[in-house]
Amino acid sequence: MNSTGSRQMKLRKNEERLFKVLMIGSSVLIMGLLLYIVGTILYRGLPSLNLDMITKLPGGGFYLGKEGGIANAIIGSLYLIAGSLALSMLISIPLVIFINFYLPRNSALTGLIRFSFDILFGIPSIVYGAFGFALMVFLGLKASLLGGIIAVALLIMPIMMRSFDEVARLLPGDLSEALLALGSTKYEMSKVILKKLMPGMMTSVLLATGRGIGDAATVLFTAGYTDNIPASLGQPAATLPLSIFFQLGSPVEEVQNRAYASAIILTVIILIISLSARWISSRYSKK
Amino acid sequence: MKYRRVLKDRLARYYMLGIAVLSLLLILIIGLSLLFKALPIMKEHSLGSLLSSSSWKPFKGEFGFLPFILSTLYVSLIAIILALPAAMLTSIYLNSYASDRLRRFFEPVIDLLSGIPPVIYGVWGTLTVVPLISEKIAPHFVEFSAGYSVLAGGLVLAIMILPLLISILLEVFRSMPEEISDASLSLGATKWQTVKKVMLRRSIPGIIAAIVLAISRAFGETIAVLMVCGNIPIVPKSIFEACYPLPALIANNYGEMLSMPGYESALMLGALLLFLIIVLFNGVSRITLNRIERRFQL
Repeated sequence: MNSTGSRQMKLRKNEERLFKVLMIGSSVLIMGLLLYIVGTILYRGLPSLNLDMITKLPGGGFYLGKEGGIANAIIGSLYLIAGSLALSMLISIPLVIFINFYLPRNSALTGLIRFSFDILFGIPSIVYGAFGFALMVFLGLKASLLGGIIAVALLIMPIMMRSFDEVARLLPGDLSEALLALGSTKYEMSKVILKKLMPGMMTSVLLATGRGIGDAATVLFTAGYTDNIPASLGQPAATLPLSIFFQLGSPVEEVQNRAYASAIILTVIILIISLSARWISSRYSKK
Repeated sequence: MKYRRVLKDRLARYYMLGIAVLSLLLILIIGLSLLFKALPIMKEHSLGSLLSSSSWKPFKGEFGFLPFILSTLYVSLIAIILALPAAMLTSIYLNSYASDRLRRFFEPVIDLLSGIPPVIYGVWGTLTVVPLISEKIAPHFVEFSAGYSVLAGGLVLAIMILPLLISILLEVFRSMPEEISDASLSLGATKWQTVKKVMLRRSIPGIIAAIVLAISRAFGETIAVLMVCGNIPIVPKSIFEACYPLPALIANNYGEMLSMPGYESALMLGALLLFLIIVLFNGVSRITLNRIERRFQL
């Protein structure tokens, strides 16, 4: 009896040991993969990375390996993300306020809206791209900055809405109750609450920015591509992911190397965005 | 003065109600407009033949979607099979075994991995995964593989969904009250027993939710997969053959799309299929999850 008990104990110990090895192994593997990915991109891209890449437009023979940079794509991506952020904030932020502070708790409409955004969140970017394209044809728009802004706004709206909703849900009810008891309208109450929720809102905005700026499939149909910086909403706009994609498709090695350099630029931009999101959320969660 | 305040409140309320209704309709609007665009092709061919035929010859007017649907399924399946065990092991380790210092070091790494845009995974995949398969792995199994294959797509996708899986799983594990695992430990269970029999069992709904999200991401991923999977419209016979998932089909043919009316409609049907798969998959799993969660809370 005693010996079977100790044998079982030993088995248990061995099982735990085995899984511990597996766990450490997979953690190391994932860490290694990240280093490998970043390392590969840096190794190929760094030699081609220079100031011209960031500040200059593509020159005449840029796609054959001659002079120029990808300022068109950098500025284009920034314009595009700024526009789509503005558009999706106009919708997702009031919506979160509405379902959390206007509607009664656990109302059916709240559940329905959350459910539909869960589904919208899962819809792939290429579908938003195709839908954006169909919408543009319907409205008579050509591939343009505006078209891209609409498509990317659709993509990031559910991301922003869901993560902001998480924050808003955690806000204790006494603040809003106190405001209402003092005679403020719900609209005035919302302004105070929004100020209180600002850090959470910033985090969700930055999260959405990271996804939006790196996505290629939405802008492929809708924003078009150009070697110039768009001067109006009606003109096509170049974007970084597409710029990387097109350069990589070139048979010229010079151009391919520049694709890796562009990838470094995009990664750095996204890294800055996601690090500041983490910084903001950790700074304010301590308070 | 008083009226203006009330008026403002009214206006804000109407605006909010308006966008709430609009956002509820959005799924319907997307579905219907894709359907509208896909109608011409569905009038010419029956839906059954479109879905079951594997002959894709747009210039002859043959549009069989089977290769694309199967490719999407294969690639996503490989991705989740490869990613899930690694993600589970890593997140259990980080949650229950790793020191605080290691955890604080690891989390930004996961963030960084999930922040890397798809196109960069694609670039990396063509540089490393594709040659690895054609030179090292495939020769053991088949005579020839170009490397651009189902396996390459699945591998790159697996790496892409890893951070998503890990960050959701970590959240799920963390949401478990500490008292429960403390109770298990104080009854003499080992740490691993506690993890296996208490933590994992309680986290089942969360784990399923994470898997659903990861699979939907895999289904819809476009650029990264397109760059490594070869894009040949035939049903792949082995994982070392090229494949052509739905999103890649849509993205690749954008340029030709406008010149041939039937073609455009076919691509929109592709988008509609993708949309329907995702909406059904997410909808059904969300509803069942709500049911499971309710049962677990009792």
